[in-house]
Amino acid sequence: MEGIKDRVAIVGMGCTKFGELWDKSDQDLMVDSCHEALADAGIELNDIQAAWLGMACIETGFGGVRLARALKTDYIPVTRVENYCASGIEAVRNASYAVAAGIYDIALACGVEKMKDSGATGITQMGGEPHFSSWVWAPIVAPARYALSATRYFHAYGLSPEEGRRLLAMIAVKNHHNGSLNPRAHFQREITIEQALNAPIIAWPLGLFDCCANSDGSAAAIITRPDIAKNIRDDYILVKGLGISSGAGTQGVIAADYDYLHTDEVVRAGQMAYNEAGIKDPRKEVDIAEVHDCFTIAELLDCEDLGFCGRGKFKEDIEAGTFDLGGEVAINADGGLKCFGHPIAASGLRMLFESYLQLQGKAGPRQLKDPTVGLAQNYGGIPGGGVCGVAIVGCRD
Amino acid sequence: MAGITSYGAYVPLWRLSREAIMKGLLGEKAIRNFDEDSTTMAVAAAIDCLKGRDREAIDGLFFASTTAPYKEKQIATTIAAAADLRRDIITADFSNSLRSGTAALRAALDAVKAGSAKQVLVVAADCRMGAPGTDFEQNSGDGAAALLIGDSDVAVEIEAWHSLSNELHDIWRRDDDNFIRSWEDRFIYSKGYIDTVAQTVSALLQKCNLSSDDLTKAIFDAPDTRRHGELSRKLGFDPKARVQHHLFDVMGNTGTAYPLMLLVAALEEAKPGDRLLLTSYGNGSDACVLHVTDQVEKIRDRQGMKGHLATKRIVDDYRTYLQWRGLLTFESQPTLSGGNISSSAQWRDRNQIFPLHGLKCRACGGIHYPPQRVCPQCQTKDQFDEVRLSDKKGKIFTFGADNLCTRLEAPRVTAIIDFEGGGRMATMMTDRVLEEIEVGMPVEMSFRKLSSQDGIHNYFWKSIPLRS
Repeated sequence: MEGIKDRVAIVGMGCTKFGELWDKSDQDLMVDSCHEALADAGIELNDIQAAWLGMACIETGFGGVRLARALKTDYIPVTRVENYCASGIEAVRNASYAVAAGIYDIALACGVEKMKDSGATGITQMGGEPHFSSWVWAPIVAPARYALSATRYFHAYGLSPEEGRRLLAMIAVKNHHNGSLNPRAHFQREITIEQALNAPIIAWPLGLFDCCANSDGSAAAIITRPDIAKNIRDDYILVKGLGISSGAGTQGVIAADYDYLHTDEVVRAGQMAYNEAGIKDPRKEVDIAEVHDCFTIAELLDCEDLGFCGRGKFKEDIEAGTFDLGGEVAINADGGLKCFGHPIAASGLRMLFESYLQLQGKAGPRQLKDPTVGLAQNYGGIPGGGVCGVAIVGCRD
Repeated sequence: MAGITSYGAYVPLWRLSREAIMKGLLGEKAIRNFDEDSTTMAVAAAIDCLKGRDREAIDGLFFASTTAPYKEKQIATTIAAAADLRRDIITADFSNSLRSGTAALRAALDAVKAGSAKQVLVVAADCRMGAPGTDFEQNSGDGAAALLIGDSDVAVEIEAWHSLSNELHDIWRRDDDNFIRSWEDRFIYSKGYIDTVAQTVSALLQKCNLSSDDLTKAIFDAPDTRRHGELSRKLGFDPKARVQHHLFDVMGNTGTAYPLMLLVAALEEAKPGDRLLLTSYGNGSDACVLHVTDQVEKIRDRQGMKGHLATKRIVDDYRTYLQWRGLLTFESQPTLSGGNISSSAQWRDRNQIFPLHGLKCRACGGIHYPPQRVCPQCQTKDQFDEVRLSDKKGKIFTFGADNLCTRLEAPRVTAIIDFEGGGRMATMMTDRVLEEIEVGMPVEMSFRKLSSQDGIHNYFWKSIPLRS
């Protein structure tokens, strides 16, 4: 196995504003994000030879034509991919492998979701169950799944419910601060710890500010080989590692000894991507990490799973500012899912967009000092039956 | 001689304080939770009765109720599946009368005497409703009882039986009525209940050459406390001394389960040698004489009536009761879209669903649920034995309480439980008070109704705080 490191480059990206976009359909959002990416790369639509569309939401049974019709591509191959919350990274992965294999010179990866058209608050469907089933299983939908980990984390590390909730509130406060510096975010205002603690409970012990919003949005990336990228722009970025780990039922909810304090899919996908990228010490070598903070506790677990801090050590690090914009590893520098919400397949690409801006020095008020390595991570499903995607990008030499 | 070889009962955890119905009323009545019905209560009573028994040896199950949740779908088969009985047994539902419980008892007795079966489980459950504002609402409770009938190691011999039928509209419900109907009190109780039971008992005692003085105790079901006293005195029994307490102040009249529940309560106190009289009434009367043997001492370790009556929580808001009964509904928010219940998927999963079978891997010994063909611990394929988890106790490993759920459940408590002996299961938790739940809390399993959708009542096991 060779690995993907330095074999493909991202030469253009686009990202819509995320929010309650009532007057934008999924088609509108695809046009917006893809055309922004094309303009950013300075190439034409018909330069794209293949495209991958990530779209995970609720509906199934439609194909890549949804993107083709929106953009009016010229009968090129367009494929829809779906892998829960890792659908965006999955689109990038498929496009990257096709380009690395030399089948296509230039490919497009786009993620989009219209969460707000469902009329419901939050994800109402249980992932993983076929449509026809006996429907007896405990419906561990998103808030419940993370509530289970929060309860257990507090218990395992000797935190009272108040101490635990306060720790989680710090994550929300950090991300809101970052989001307030980002014109594309759904939420652009700061919050305080007290506001977070006093907000209504959604799924005990998680309150309103522990949960990311429900939002619409889209993002896109144009992928090509480095030798072609050189002729497009100087500041292209390179894909360093891509990992996808599908939950195997050997750990997680079915396993009698699962601790609820980690997620194996995240650990494994992280290891795959780190190995490909040649990263041995993530905390030292990764400058910016966009992790999957669908709930504050999820960001905490993801950081421990991805090696940004030791097991049970997140609290001391966040209190020390390790994960702030000025810290050792900026976690969710753009505001995260907390401020962008989670249009499922768009999130992975939105995360890469922040690394893309940061590595090019274009992140404005959020700009880190000389970042060279960025990471994006998504996780969807329940442990043992979930999927994690990790993408690592870096500056060219 | 054939008779009762084991007994069990179930009284719901929740009691509606009668004061909540109307100021000045006394006592409480047992009310099923929103996720309980006659089927789930019957399962609880059946499993209580089968404690320590070889379930493979049961070759008959009779279910009695006037509130079966289906008109055309046998309930006895559901109970048999949840109780993990064999399939090659006789099953039947007895319905439509407050006498159905004793009718099922009689049929079980006859089956065993005739040699058609060796051990028949009789289960009766009811959850009748009186219209708001009526005496029936105040007096009716929910509950279930189970009796195992056999001919060896008999704890209570059934010595004699007499029945009278009585065609009369005194207390009844049509197939589409929610609430109990009745005719004028003085007529129905004199020409119905009092007359008929008195005649039946009189004929029975004459048959047996016994007088009321020869009986240690009488067990009378009754529509209310007043008629209970009236019948007792008419038949020569002092209601304070030689009659099983009617339990109206703590439970209420539990329909066709009532005579059998009162019998279980009496048996919990009975001594070897006692001779008991049991009567029931519903378009006629069944009366029988029972003789308690020393085997009765061996079957006392059931939750039964005592254990279930002692564990209770009070509902003191009438609106909660009305909501649980579907008499008061709030606008519902969009909740889980779920999917369509597939009858074929349900059938395929039947062992996981009804008796709650998990799998134990023959290679590594690990127990897991729900059953997987490939062992989650050692990845060995298709090497397992089924293991019943429904009668195992457990402890909470972690839990959460989700407010995004139906209003009835709010919040929906998900509890990850570790079973004693191995195995872990993600459960929904019911009959719980949120503030009292903690990691490490002991729990047991209870058969409940998850939902009614696509024309199907969907049953499954939930965890409950330890009651036994």
